Amino acid sequence: MTIAEIQEEIVDEFSMFDDWMQRYEYMIELGKSLPLIEEQYKTEDNIIKGCQSKVWVHAELDDEKLVFTADSDAIITKGIIAILIRAFSNQRPQDIIDANTEFIDEIGLKEHLSPTRANGLVSMIKQLKLYAVAYQTQLN
Amino acid sequence: MLEVGLDIQKIRKDFPILQREVNGKPLVYLDNAATSQTPQQVIDVIVDYYHRYNANIHRGVHTLSQEATDAYEAARGTIQKHFNIAKAHEVILTSGTTHSINLVASGFTSLLKEGDEILVSAMEHHSNIVPWQMLCERTGGVLKVIPMNENGELVMTEFHNLLSDKTKLVFCNHVSNALGTVNPIAEIIEASHKAGAAVLVDGAQAAAHIKADMQALDVDFYTASAHKMCGPTGVGMLYGKEEWLTKLPPYQGGGEMIAEVTFEKTTYADLPHKFEAGTPNICGGIAFGAALDYLNGIGMETIVQYEEELLNYATEQLLAIDVLKIYGTAEHKTSVISFNIEGIHPYDIGTILDKLGIAVRTGHHCAQPIMDFYGIPGTVRASFSFYNTKEEVDVLVAGVKRARNMLL
Repeated sequence: MTIAEIQEEIVDEFSMFDDWMQRYEYMIELGKSLPLIEEQYKTEDNIIKGCQSKVWVHAELDDEKLVFTADSDAIITKGIIAILIRAFSNQRPQDIIDANTEFIDEIGLKEHLSPTRANGLVSMIKQLKLYAVAYQTQLN
Repeated sequence: MLEVGLDIQKIRKDFPILQREVNGKPLVYLDNAATSQTPQQVIDVIVDYYHRYNANIHRGVHTLSQEATDAYEAARGTIQKHFNIAKAHEVILTSGTTHSINLVASGFTSLLKEGDEILVSAMEHHSNIVPWQMLCERTGGVLKVIPMNENGELVMTEFHNLLSDKTKLVFCNHVSNALGTVNPIAEIIEASHKAGAAVLVDGAQAAAHIKADMQALDVDFYTASAHKMCGPTGVGMLYGKEEWLTKLPPYQGGGEMIAEVTFEKTTYADLPHKFEAGTPNICGGIAFGAALDYLNGIGMETIVQYEEELLNYATEQLLAIDVLKIYGTAEHKTSVISFNIEGIHPYDIGTILDKLGIAVRTGHHCAQPIMDFYGIPGTVRASFSFYNTKEEVDVLVAGVKRARNMLL
């Protein structure tokens, strides 16, 4: 599936809920399916800056596709990074670089998009894209 | 039932912001330790300033400038009276506590020598740690820390042991922003003076909850920020004893702070203008005075009593929640409750509470050493003001329970 298709799928899932509480509960559920980062990669260097809670992300190239793993010490943040990774993992770096992130708005998490927001969703997206840029350079 | 004779519903009407909704719920504002809300009486003063007499102060011969100068200096007088300061020129208007502390720290660069010791309490806000670390880097001074115990109280025996003839300065907050602890500053000031050290007390958190008397305390420096006392942001004060303010060199160069300027030499203005370079926050200063008038109109004693009842009620109700732990259980506290629920990150609780219209603070509260002491990433902090109600405490407690059920 392409990034756009996965994003559409996520938007569809979230459209089943009519209030914030259900959406948050679902997000927490999604956090439980997050591909967890290996302990050895839970280092200071892999912490995303700008989040009030700790978020670690690791990226590896597998057959020209980028595979992300992550973790967080806060459960809601874990849900957010899980959604992002579901959309961006197992994709070609160039597609990750080109992808837009409007689906975040559509699943009712718009408030988390503010750059000053303490959870640093913007920092997370930026970090995933930075990994993509780095690996794309390597592929070139 | 709360027993203090305070008409809370009438008071709440003074604060337009308390009528608004957040995420479709009535706002429950419990982040007063970060910033307090502004009553209409103060907002009116701000609007009136820009409507009628916005002008630069101290230099103008025209009417507007004179009116603005009079109002600004009247505010200085109100601050002087509120804190029982001996002389009006011992009140320096600053942009807030951080500015006030940096002004003093910068001034001490020329007064401190290598090996001189500075004592700082373990429960300081970063703004009362970093400027002193920078001062030590500049001068070769040594920073020593007064430790705290599990309850979040300073270990006073250690403080007395640390004091010596090498100690030149002691810094302590009056009230800890993260824990609410009221520190024994009278004892600290007295002992420090006996050892020959000057004392700066950061009153940012205390000023809205405790009426501090500068002459009775005999403190050398005291700071406060208007925005924690129902005033606007970007304005605050530094109280300094005249002898100290005379000794300290100016902090910033510019207009207003000079007596005479030639390219060869500049002579500095008298106090307080020596420390008030440039055009100040004129409107903010005037509004700071209005905020103090508002607080004194209600009465600080009434406020203190009411907030204590609110604190006791909230503590009791929150502790009834399973696995909730309160950090900061000092005997003397202001209305701040820092807490965590075992197994849940404070950020998660704060996010759910926000969805319920409840504003609290989460994180390290700019006091990382305290969080390190307890070995936690941060806390959820609910801080109460005199315009909060018992019903709002109930909403908070219900919100915390709901968050726990969602997150555990």
